[in-house]
Amino acid sequence: MPFAHSPSAVPVVVDDAKCIAEKGCRVCIDVCPLDVLRLSDETGKAYMAYDECWYCMPCEADCPTGAVKVNIPYLLK
Amino acid sequence: MTSPSFDTIVDGLSEVDCDVLVIGGGTAGPMAALKAKQKNPKAKVILLEKANVKRSGAISMGMDGLNNAVIPGYATPEQYVKEITIANDGIVDQKAVLKYAQNCYSIIEELDSFGIRFQKNENGDFDVKKVHHIGTYVLPMPNGETVKKALYRQLRRAQMLISNRYMATRLLTGKSGRIAGAIAVNTRTAEFLVIKAKAVILCMGAAGRLGLPTSGYMFGTYENAANSGDGYAMAYHAGAKLANLECFQINPLIKDYNGPACAYVAGPFGAYTANNEGKRFIECDYWSGQMMLEFFNELQSGKGPVFLKLNHLHSDTVGEIETILHTVERPTRGLFHENRKTDYRKDMVEMHISEIGFCSGHSASGVFVDDFARTTIPGLYAAGDMASVPHNYMLGAFTNGAVAGEDAAEFALNHDFEAFDAADVKLEQARVLAPTKREDGIPPNQIEYKTRRLVNDYFQPPKVTRKFELGQARLAEVREDMENNMVVTNAHELMRALEATSILDCADMAAHASLYRAESRWGLYHLRTDHPDKDNENWFCHTLLSKQDGKMTSEKKAVDPYVVPVAEEEKDLYDKQRIRASA
Repeated sequence: MPFAHSPSAVPVVVDDAKCIAEKGCRVCIDVCPLDVLRLSDETGKAYMAYDECWYCMPCEADCPTGAVKVNIPYLLK
Repeated sequence: MTSPSFDTIVDGLSEVDCDVLVIGGGTAGPMAALKAKQKNPKAKVILLEKANVKRSGAISMGMDGLNNAVIPGYATPEQYVKEITIANDGIVDQKAVLKYAQNCYSIIEELDSFGIRFQKNENGDFDVKKVHHIGTYVLPMPNGETVKKALYRQLRRAQMLISNRYMATRLLTGKSGRIAGAIAVNTRTAEFLVIKAKAVILCMGAAGRLGLPTSGYMFGTYENAANSGDGYAMAYHAGAKLANLECFQINPLIKDYNGPACAYVAGPFGAYTANNEGKRFIECDYWSGQMMLEFFNELQSGKGPVFLKLNHLHSDTVGEIETILHTVERPTRGLFHENRKTDYRKDMVEMHISEIGFCSGHSASGVFVDDFARTTIPGLYAAGDMASVPHNYMLGAFTNGAVAGEDAAEFALNHDFEAFDAADVKLEQARVLAPTKREDGIPPNQIEYKTRRLVNDYFQPPKVTRKFELGQARLAEVREDMENNMVVTNAHELMRALEATSILDCADMAAHASLYRAESRWGLYHLRTDHPDKDNENWFCHTLLSKQDGKMTSEKKAVDPYVVPVAEEEKDLYDKQRIRASA
């Protein structure tokens, strides 16, 4: 069976202007308990690659530049 | 768009050995590792973690308090043992609970020395609050958001060997039945790691991804979704016995947010659980099966839904509660209320009950351990939410983790490595990698969704025999799909696929254990419509589930004689949860 991908608005948003992943920072990717953050090949910045979140917030709390924001996603709102 | 360095499946296997292997770096695990190292500084101790110990486990973001602190001047270990015995309908191994109660104060002092502060009153004494039905055991943690950081500092100081992003998948045992080590797989590359160990401590958390939240997301907000029951499944496949799995964990949660309402925090300030008339209907907000049954009854009645009520409190008091609830443990809660413009001063907070899970942290379903945290497999230990010491919460994870660490270090001193069959590793590699070898099939999220939807449809209490049998038949079909058709495209999905196998194993165990105990007990946790009464004559016992000759089997285990007697008139104190109509 071929696969389809359904769109889903993700809760974790990274401000590319503030993210310093290009300087080697991996803090949010390192701390995420569910390992859902990755580096984008296009921008070199961190982004939420897998919509598998429990809204725990270490990514936001530990980010050294305040680039990461955890939102309450639409279905929970 | 994912960077090719991440998630690409790599062929590889390395082997290491150690004296003590601790699996799980959340709460019990770091403490177990530290204590094993303290007990024998020469011992090689490895702490293995599926995520990263910096922020892993149920207390990833912190914890707002100790729910079961036995503090001199407020309570005695004997009083605590009695309370937990009564809250569990008498089915308790008191020796393990007593040991916890005796040890936990020294662990509080040790955590204090780590920099984790506990609330003190103006006299400088611990400011313990009453939440339980009988005794006083709840101690707030004003800087509870620092717990993981404090633990990590200790691990660094001890120069602990830490392996992050390795998911243990199976235990290795030798011919004699003794523990020999574990097999793990890297969650970002799928490379294997075989760890030979003289002793192994399982600290792998609850089975918190068993029932399915109704939100539309697979993961709830209450339990760290990494706690997918891997420890329960591994212990089962290794031949260990698991206790009282039919005593499900079900929690009162904030509706839709699916996170904790924290009545333990708000209760001592005067908040309480109310029905739609704003009235109390339960005597006590401490979580027990009996309390959950009254909660469930109220939800079903014309007086539902159920709310957390704070709007009768002074604005300053509410402010104080908000500060705790919105900064420690689950800070997104504040955001959730802000989005809805919910103001505790005006509005009650709508609550609901969670889907089912296994968790001894709150109920009593775990891998069977004795008062030394020893499982039924020599050299294998378990602590925290996955071990059978009931109602042990975070402080129990720390305290019993410490017990496990010390005893395991001792065991490793007195034993050499146990040999295992290399064919077991080959078999496990084949099992783990099977979904990576297929071109086509069913992705793990769909296997998991179907498993958990069936758990909700058929296993959510009240438990109906016929529904359980239907659920088992459907799950057997899912198992066939899982074993023959599950497909993944990268290492991250492979982790989810392995978690799906743990979840399905836990679902099967939940059903098997529930059908075995032919009575009702623990309020809502094991409410069987076909056996509606408590049957002390036949079922005043633990049940132990295990794999015997490849087959899931259950047996009875007598409750050991109490070390703390419970008077006849005290035995049913937790049965009287409903507020009686005033005359």
